[in-house]
Amino acid sequence: MSTATHSLPRTIGAHAVLLTYTVIALFPVIIVIMNSFKSRAGIFGAPLTPPTPKTFDLIGYTTVIGQGDFIHYFQNSLVVTVASLFFVLLFGAMAAFALSEYRFRGNSLMGLYLALGIMIPIRLGTVAILQLMVASGLVNTLTALILVYTAQGLPLAVFILSEFMKQVSDDLKNAGRIDGLSEYTIFFRLVLPLVRPSMATVAVFTMIPIWNDLWFPLILAPSEETKTVTLGAQLFLGQFVTNWNAILAALSLAIMPVLILYVIFSRQLIRGITSGAVK
Amino acid sequence: MGSLNIENVKKAFGPVEVLKGINLEVTDGEFVVFVGPSGCGKSTLLRVIAGLEDSTSGRVVIDGADVSATPPAKRGIAMVFQTYALYPHLTVKNNMGLGLKQAGTPATEIDRRIGIASSMLSLEPYLARRPAELSGGQRQRVAIGRAVVREPKLFLFDEPLSNLDAALRVNTRLEIAQLHRRLKATMIYVTHDQVEAMTLADKIVVLNAGKIEQIGGPMELYNAPANEFVAGFIGSPKMNFVDGARLGETAKTIGVRPEHLTVDAKSGAWKGTVVHAEHLGADTNLYLDCEKAGLITVRIFGVYNAEPGATLYATPDPAKTYRFGADGKVLK
Repeated sequence: MSTATHSLPRTIGAHAVLLTYTVIALFPVIIVIMNSFKSRAGIFGAPLTPPTPKTFDLIGYTTVIGQGDFIHYFQNSLVVTVASLFFVLLFGAMAAFALSEYRFRGNSLMGLYLALGIMIPIRLGTVAILQLMVASGLVNTLTALILVYTAQGLPLAVFILSEFMKQVSDDLKNAGRIDGLSEYTIFFRLVLPLVRPSMATVAVFTMIPIWNDLWFPLILAPSEETKTVTLGAQLFLGQFVTNWNAILAALSLAIMPVLILYVIFSRQLIRGITSGAVK
Repeated sequence: MGSLNIENVKKAFGPVEVLKGINLEVTDGEFVVFVGPSGCGKSTLLRVIAGLEDSTSGRVVIDGADVSATPPAKRGIAMVFQTYALYPHLTVKNNMGLGLKQAGTPATEIDRRIGIASSMLSLEPYLARRPAELSGGQRQRVAIGRAVVREPKLFLFDEPLSNLDAALRVNTRLEIAQLHRRLKATMIYVTHDQVEAMTLADKIVVLNAGKIEQIGGPMELYNAPANEFVAGFIGSPKMNFVDGARLGETAKTIGVRPEHLTVDAKSGAWKGTVVHAEHLGADTNLYLDCEKAGLITVRIFGVYNAEPGATLYATPDPAKTYRFGADGKVLK
């Protein structure tokens, strides 16, 4: 049935494209989760079939929970991700506010400098970072990871947030100034709530690479005490024998927290509380 | 309790000079309207008075005290913004009370003042609501209420009616006029709408390109404009300007308001053809293409039937004809 705003062929076409993309995007994730519930023979015999009563096996999960200190690795990953996220959002928003709100000499140059990190991968500086961490005695601490990830996340955060902060009504900030609010109160109470959707966007973009990162934990904090989940999963990756059950189980478990954080933030993406403030 | 002196205030953004030396005196209780085309610097001037913008040079004196270096909250002013600028996370009551709370006013005093302001603006039923739950007119009343509770020396209005629809605009305009009469406070009001300026002001300041063109009462500006710009800006429809040389006059430009022209089908000073007629009921606007004067507008009170293409004669009222020199100033 076709109406002025909907035509059936177009609707089918759009859904076909979207469904295809969804399948492609979800395929690897589904494979990982499916196979994590299968026995070793099941994984290699028929990797694309869901677990049957014959191939169903929780050996992967029992290995992961029994061997190694996985709860601790999770904790490390969570601490690093949440702390880095907090600092990226806080400092990113503050820098963005200064860049968008105040006129000062070198403003646009400073904005460019802060955004430069988007184009230059932080891994290029790994050797220097390692030397710095060794010199400051931060090797094998979570602090080292938090510092590096904060630096890694800031450029994008500053770039995106300063664009959004420019859209916050000047009148609102000025009304606050006339009512005697300090610049900090204006920032935290008036501006931040209004850019919350964009903060959530930045949070999602920042969080996922941090959680998934293997590089810096491997180089800066490989000790048992400070291992993150991705590094911990390497435990089952041997030179000659790889314990696929355990790896798949570990990866399936690693998806959970990041999924939960994502759901929390995506709620924020939808919520728009600006309505009613201006116009 | 609310006088304002602006002494030679200049403001430049980089190389762009927005205010080129403004001198203005506002006495206590006056309603002053800054009017001018967009980009003339009227909003910037208001922001300099409010302290939201630093002037490049010059002094702002409120009640005899130089406030050039005083932050906005300490100047004893209140401002109403075009976009209302209500705090989205606070209720109407807290929106109105926030400024007083910041200043450390006792809670009972805040409640008393909110009570007075909300009854004045009939906002009592909405005190517990958030701005998102109010209509545009109600939001602007809350913004005005927020200014009223501060009991300021000076009210500043930055195009407060621009975001409202035509009917609400007339109502709110009336409310602001009544508010001024009741509070007897000094008010400064910025608008680009000359109708708002004429209806509200005790004194109108016409600004153009960062300079004051003329200061005066509404009728003074209408009857005795100092120059061509003010003559053209005040009054609607706009004054007709005719090249003096075409009429054989010595003045550079001759100006006649549309309502000071009479038309006749048989004889008159300027012969012309009707291009278009606007019938508004109470009056009729005719656009005439005249041989001598070019395209002019004539405003006739009441209904006047004229078809496009008809020939009419327009005659200016000699007592109400303005003569402007080459520099744009009125010739006496």
